[in-house]
Amino acid sequence: MSDMPETSETPKISIRGVHKSFGSNHVLQGVDLEVCAGRSMVVIGGSGTGKSVLLKCILGLITPDSGSIIIDGKPVTHLSERKRAKVMAKFGMLFQGGALFDSLSVWENVAFRLLYADGLGRKAAKERAEAALNQVNLGAEVMNLSPAELSGGMQKRVGLARAIVAKPEILFFDEPTTGLDPITADVIDNLIRRQVTALGATAVSITHDMGSVRKIADDVAMIYEGKIIWRGPVKDVDNSGNDYVQQFVTGSEDGPIKVLAR
Amino acid sequence: MNPLAIIGRTLIALTREAGAMSLFAWRGVSAALSPPWYWSQLGAQFLRIGYFSLPVVGLTAVFTGAALALNIYTGGARFNAEQFVPNIVVLGITRELGPVLASLMLAGRVSAAMAAEIGAMRVTEQIDALETLSTDPFRFLVGPRILAAVITVPMLVLVADIIGVLGGWAVSTQILDFNGATYIRNTVDFVTQWDVISGLIKAATFGFIIALMGCYHGYRSKRGAQGVGRATTNAVVSAAILIFAANYVLTTLFV
Repeated sequence: MSDMPETSETPKISIRGVHKSFGSNHVLQGVDLEVCAGRSMVVIGGSGTGKSVLLKCILGLITPDSGSIIIDGKPVTHLSERKRAKVMAKFGMLFQGGALFDSLSVWENVAFRLLYADGLGRKAAKERAEAALNQVNLGAEVMNLSPAELSGGMQKRVGLARAIVAKPEILFFDEPTTGLDPITADVIDNLIRRQVTALGATAVSITHDMGSVRKIADDVAMIYEGKIIWRGPVKDVDNSGNDYVQQFVTGSEDGPIKVLAR
Repeated sequence: MNPLAIIGRTLIALTREAGAMSLFAWRGVSAALSPPWYWSQLGAQFLRIGYFSLPVVGLTAVFTGAALALNIYTGGARFNAEQFVPNIVVLGITRELGPVLASLMLAGRVSAAMAAEIGAMRVTEQIDALETLSTDPFRFLVGPRILAAVITVPMLVLVADIIGVLGGWAVSTQILDFNGATYIRNTVDFVTQWDVISGLIKAATFGFIIALMGCYHGYRSKRGAQGVGRATTNAVVSAAILIFAANYVLTTLFV
């Protein structure tokens, strides 16, 4: 991540005219967004504006009704199981609740991709898992614990270790600080920033925590009523000239966004 | 409301559900029969469905065999046909009660557990996490469960057959004054290979139904505790109904 300006090279992720509806609920109504390689894009927006659906569309967990998602110049919207798995190998994802597997120990969770997708031996996978846990400030003492024995902040860190262990090209973060106290949230933000920088990865995060935005974003986009209504560098977010962004950033009840209407 | 509209809507919903279930079953079976296989998952399911269900299946079988012997003795006495107790007990257990009752118990135990576990994984995004880790949830979760159930349920039913017959033997020798050796000889002489094999074919079919219903309803679980609870209930009820329906169809083919 850096303050590099955008270049004319092929974007790492390109989202073009993506629509997604669930019954009569039109969640995404033509989302257009590009994320350049090595940049950290944070998508902000209120609850129910389509942030999570957008992230799941990029990940391929939800198929858009129309529009295209392009990764490294190749459309990935409709792929076979095998090709989808290859694209997924580029991704690392930190879920909102951690989404750690209850039936596996902490180290098996972290090493899951290495063990089950890459076919690495258990000894080598365990060493890689320990190294990844060290990178998120967790020691060997948690390796054999069950996820249920960890605090919320520790679960997030294990989730982050699982996301980075295979050195992905693109990292996704879904509400990384939700449900955490401010100090733990700051720890997670710093870890995300550090790991994304260390990997030289492209990152896409969704959050409504402005503290988190200022820590981890290079660029910010705001989604409202299923469309991207503003995007720009993080330094401009406080002076965006957009009433919706301004209201969201200041957290004011007064403005064009009506909470009761959502 | 227009009754025709209600009928039409219900038929469309039923057709949609049947289609979704068939596609799910196809993906599950494809995952079970083609590599990569996750052996650790398969082993864990063998233990959960097979080994840990032994006490439930054994107790069901022993009491069923015992009660069956008493009923056949009572009914047979009306026609002076008490001597047929061993024959009818072994026929009833191997062809019908062994596979059906053991599978119904497993529908309660295994389908419910599968639906609850996979449903909880769905609502906590663990299934999404599997996909982002380049692992097909059908290969990791559904395939091993279907394969393990289709293999282990017939093995459990074979055990249930033996225990059920022994239940009938125990009651007959201890209460009804049958000679133990004669009872066993009559049982062995009467039962045919097809009696046992047809029951095991039923058991494999019921095993498939048990795993399919557990996985299907868990996989489609809605959010929240209520969603998982409903998925669990639906899994048990639909598995039980499908077991009865499949049993009738298979019985008509096997008689």
